[in-house]
Amino acid sequence: MTTIEIPADMELVYEYPKSLTEAYMHYCPGCTHGVIHRLVAEVLDELDVREKTIGIAPVGCSVLAYYYFDVDMAEAAHGRAPAMATGLKRVSPDKVVFTYQGDGDLASIGIAEIIYAANRGEMFTTIFVNNAIYGMTGGQMAPTTLPGQKTTSSPTGRDVETAGWPMKVAELLAVLPGSAYITRQAVLDVPGIRRTKKALKLAFQAQLEGLGFSMVEILSTCSTNWHMGPAEALEWAKEHMVPYYPLGDTKVSDGVRALMESK
Amino acid sequence: MIMTKELWEGNAAIAEAAICAGVEAFFGYPITPQTEVLEHFSKRLPEEGRVFLQAESEVASINMVYGAACAGARVMTSSSSPGVSLMQEGISYIACSEVPAVVTNIMRGGPGLGNVQPAQGDYFQAVKSAGHGDYHMIALAASSVQEAIDLMVLAFDLADKYRTVVIFIADGAIGQMMEPAEMPPLRPVRPPEERVAWALTGAKGREHNIITSLYLGAENLEQVNLRLQAKLKKIAANEVRWQEYSTEDADFLLVAFGTVGRICQTVVREARAQGMKVGLVRPITLWPFPSARIAELAGRVKGILTVEMNAGQMVEDVRLAVEGACPVRFYGRMGGVIPLPDDILPELDKLDAGVASGREVQS
Ligand SMILES: Cc1ncc(C[n+]2csc(CCOP(=O)(O)OP(=O)(O)O)c2C)c(N)n1
Repeated sequence: MTTIEIPADMELVYEYPKSLTEAYMHYCPGCTHGVIHRLVAEVLDELDVREKTIGIAPVGCSVLAYYYFDVDMAEAAHGRAPAMATGLKRVSPDKVVFTYQGDGDLASIGIAEIIYAANRGEMFTTIFVNNAIYGMTGGQMAPTTLPGQKTTSSPTGRDVETAGWPMKVAELLAVLPGSAYITRQAVLDVPGIRRTKKALKLAFQAQLEGLGFSMVEILSTCSTNWHMGPAEALEWAKEHMVPYYPLGDTKVSDGVRALMESK
Repeated sequence: MIMTKELWEGNAAIAEAAICAGVEAFFGYPITPQTEVLEHFSKRLPEEGRVFLQAESEVASINMVYGAACAGARVMTSSSSPGVSLMQEGISYIACSEVPAVVTNIMRGGPGLGNVQPAQGDYFQAVKSAGHGDYHMIALAASSVQEAIDLMVLAFDLADKYRTVVIFIADGAIGQMMEPAEMPPLRPVRPPEERVAWALTGAKGREHNIITSLYLGAENLEQVNLRLQAKLKKIAANEVRWQEYSTEDADFLLVAFGTVGRICQTVVREARAQGMKVGLVRPITLWPFPSARIAELAGRVKGILTVEMNAGQMVEDVRLAVEGACPVRFYGRMGGVIPLPDDILPELDKLDAGVASGREVQS
C-alpha cells in the first residue's frame, strides 16, 4: 500500500480497513461479496477487535474469504461454519467470532447447524449473503431462489409445487429464544449499504456484550449467474427479492434494544 | 499421591481418562453402546470448568471439534459406528488441515442401523477409509478397560505430536464392561494463553493465521499431499504398537485385536494345554499396522489364523504383511456374536490339518 503524509490542515476521511488484506479479490465484476467484506472489515476496525477476531469462511464463492480478511480464519465444510464457530467460541470465549455464509451453505446443507447455533444463543455473529442462487457451482437453484426464477437446475423456473418455497431465514431464526439480533438488509444501493453497516456493527456489539446469537442477512446480487449486468442485477434484486424478503429487523431482544438505545 | 485401582465401566473410564489427559472440550451425540462416554463428560467436564456440549448431530459434533481444535484446544468427540460414518467428511477436513483431534468409536454391529452388540465391522473405516482423500488416522484399539484408559491418554499425545486425527476404537463389550483399573494423574489443562503458534487466537502482533483444507492448484495440493504422506510415513516408522503372547516357540500364530485379541489369549493357553504351540500377536495400533513383525513371524510359523468380529477385514492387512510366506486362515463372527475359545480352537485344528496335508489354501 502506498502511504501519503496528510498535511496538517487536512483531515483523514477515508482509509483502507486494517481488517482487510491487500489481496486482489477473485469475485466477478459487480459481485456484492466485495462490498460486504469491506463493511465487515470497517466494523471490526471501528470496534477495535481485529486482533481478537476469528472468522469462519464457508464453501461457496466466499470460500477464499480468509485471504481477504486480515484476521485469523478457518475454512469450514459446506454448511458447517456455525458448528465450527460454536466449538471455537466455546473454548475461546474472549474472542470475537463470525461466520460468513452463502444461502446454499447456510439455508440448505447447513440449515440444522445454523438453527441450533441460534437456538443455543451461541455468542457469535453470522453474515448471511443471500444472492438467491448457488454462485460457486455455476448458478443452480438455491433454497432462496425465487418462485419462477430460472437457474441451471430449474430451467423452466422454480416450481414451488415440486421444489418448495424460498427459505426466509431471518424470519425463521427470529422465533428462536437464543437469537438476540436478527435482521435483513440489502447492499443494492448506497442507503442500503449504510444501513447494512449499521446492522453489522450492532450484531458484533451484541456479541461483545454477550447478548446471544446475531445474524445479518444481506440481499445481494450475482450478475454472472443471473445473466445480467451489475446495474441491472441491482434493479432486479430490488424489484423481485425485496418484496419476498422484506428488509428490517426480525428479532431485537431486550438486551439488544437496550444496547440500541444506549448508542 | 498413591493411585489405586477402582472399578470402572469402560465408557466412563474412556471419558475420565480424557479428562486426566487434559481434554478441554467434548462435543457429542448419544448413541448406544457409547452413550455413557457422553453422560460421564456431561457431569465431569462442568465440574472441572471445561466445555461439554451435546450437539444436534454427529455432523455438528465433528465440526465443533474441528472449530475447537483450530483454536488450539485439546478436544474430542465420541460415537459408535453410524455416528462415525456421519463424521467422515469432517474427519477428512481435520486431517487435511492438520489440527489435532481425538475421535472414539465404540463399535456396534452393522451395516446400517445393525444392532448395539459388540462388533469390529468398522476396521476398514478406521484404517482405510476414514473419509474422502488420501490419509490415515492413527487407529488405537483397546482390549481391556485399563488399556482403554492408557490409550486415551496416548491418543491425545499422538494427536498433538503429529497434528493429526487419532481414532480410538473399541467395541461395545469393552465400553460396557466393568473392570478394576487405575486412572492416570489429572493433568492440568493448557491455559488459553499457551495455545500453539498456528492456532486461531487472534492476529495480535503477527500475521493472520489461516486453517484450510482448500488448495486450488493441482501442484499445490500435490505438495500438501506429499507433506501429509511424509508425516504418515514418520508415524508408521515410530508409532507401531502391538502385544505378543507366547510367540517365541510358536508353530501357529493367532492375530486378533480388541475383545477378540483378549479372548485369543485364552485360546493360546488352551491350545498349548492340548499340545499345540500357538502364539498371538494383538495389534494395538491398527494403523500403523504391525506388518513388519507379522512378516517376521510368518517366516517362522506353519500358519496364521486371524480372528475378528467381522467378515474378514484385518486379515487383508495380515495377508499383505505375510505375502504368501505361510498359509493365512480367517475365522470371524458378525452381527454382535463374540467368537469364544470353543469356536476358535477347532479353527486352529483345521489350519493345522490343512497345513499338514498341504491343502491349506488362503481361505
Ligand atoms: C458436501 C458438499 N456438497 C456440495 C458441494 C458443492 N458446492 C460448493 S459451493 C456450493 C453452493 C454454494 O452456494 P451458496 O452457499 O449460495 O454461496 P455462493 O457461491 O452463491 O456465494 C455447492 C453446492 C461441496 N463443496 N460440499
